[in-house]
Amino acid sequence: MTRLAFAGVSCVRGGRLLFEDRSFDLAPGDAALVTGPNGVGKSSLVRVAAGLLAPAAGKVTVAGRRALLVEASALDHDRPLAKALGFWAAIDGQRDAVDAALDALRLTQLADVPVGLLSTGQRRRAALAAVAASGAPIWLLDEPGNGLDRVAMQALETLIAGHRAGGGVVLVATHLPIEAPGAATIRLEAA
Amino acid sequence: MSVVAALIVRDVRRAWSHGGASLPIAFFLLVAILFPFAIGPDSVLLAQVGGGVIWAAALLAALLPVERLVAPDAESGVLDQFAIRGMSMAAVAAAKIAAHWLSFGPPLMLAALLAAGLLGIDRETLATVELGLLIGTPGLAALAVATGALVAGLRGASALAGLVMLPVAVPLLIFGAGSIAGGPGAVKLLAAVSLLLLAGAPFVAGAAIRAGRA
Repeated sequence: MTRLAFAGVSCVRGGRLLFEDRSFDLAPGDAALVTGPNGVGKSSLVRVAAGLLAPAAGKVTVAGRRALLVEASALDHDRPLAKALGFWAAIDGQRDAVDAALDALRLTQLADVPVGLLSTGQRRRAALAAVAASGAPIWLLDEPGNGLDRVAMQALETLIAGHRAGGGVVLVATHLPIEAPGAATIRLEAA
Repeated sequence: MSVVAALIVRDVRRAWSHGGASLPIAFFLLVAILFPFAIGPDSVLLAQVGGGVIWAAALLAALLPVERLVAPDAESGVLDQFAIRGMSMAAVAAAKIAAHWLSFGPPLMLAALLAAGLLGIDRETLATVELGLLIGTPGLAALAVATGALVAGLRGASALAGLVMLPVAVPLLIFGAGSIAGGPGAVKLLAAVSLLLLAGAPFVAGAAIRAGRA
C-alpha cells in the first residue's frame, strides 16, 4: 500500500540543524503541506523524502514509486515539449499518459514548442505535467506554485485533488497558499 | 526500452545536435596539423613521430568535452530524476560513458586516418595506431566522464579537469604510443589500463555525483 512516513527525522545541512524530530504518516488519499519562512528547510524536507538527502536522524519509510518536482525541470531545452516529456514517460512505461498530462495543464497547443522557448510559468506547468504523466503514486512537489498564474494554480489544485482521489499521496512544500482540503500542515519554524 | 538504452540514445543525440561531438574532432585535427608546422617539412621525421603525435592529440581532444558530460545534467535536475526512479548513479555514469564513447571514439578513429595522411604515416603504423585507439578510447571516455562528474559545479572546472584527467591518462599515452614500436606487449598493457579505467570510472563518477548533490 502506498505510504510515505517520517519517524523522528532530523536534517542537517552544512553543519546547521534545519529541523529535528519530525514525524508524519501519509496514507493513500493524504496530503501534507510543508510551510514556513524562506530557508527553514522546506526544500530539504522534500529532498529527504525523495531520498536525495540522507536524514541526520530518524527513519523515512516509502512504499510506492515517487515523482519529484523541483526548480530544475529536467526537460531537455532543445526538445519539443511533448518529446521531452515523452523521454521520462517512456522510462516510466507511461508513454500514453503524456497527452492527458499536457491537456490537464493546458499545454496541448505548446506540444511542438522547444522547452527552452517556454516562459517560466509554462515551464513549471511542463514540469507538473511530467509528474502527472509519471504514474507514480507519491508526488513530492517543491514550490509547485512558483510562476503560476491564477488559472494554472487552480489546475494544480485540481490535479492534486484528482491524484488524492485516485489513492495517491502528495507532499507539497510551498510558501504560497494552496487549496488542499483535509491536508495536514507541517509547519517548519526558524530554529 | 530500458532506462540505460534511453539515456544512451539521448546523450548521443545531444552530443551530435549541439555540435559538441564534432568539436573535439576538429581540435584533434588542428593539433595534428600544427605539428608539421612546428617540426618542419621533414617527411622522415614526421612519419617517425606521427603515431605519437596522434596519441597526444587524441588525449588533448578528449579533454575538450569533459565539461558538458555531467555538469549540465546535474544542473538541470536530470540526475535527480534518475535517482528518484531508483537508478544508481554508477549505472547512469556507465550509460554516459557508453554514449560518450559512441560520439567520440569512432569519429576520432576516422579523423586519425586524415591525420595519418597529413603526417605521412605508413600503412602498417596506421593499423597499429587505429588498433590502439580502438582499445584506448573507451578508457579515455570513461576517464572523461569520471572527471566531468568530479569537477561538475566547481568554479574553473575546465582548468581543474585538465589537472585531474591528464596525469591519469598518461599510462594510456605511454602504452598507446608505445604499441607502435613496442608490439603486442604494449597493446595488452594498453588494454589492461583501458579496462581498469572502464571498470572503475562508473563508481568514481557515481560517488562524485552523490557527493555533489546540492
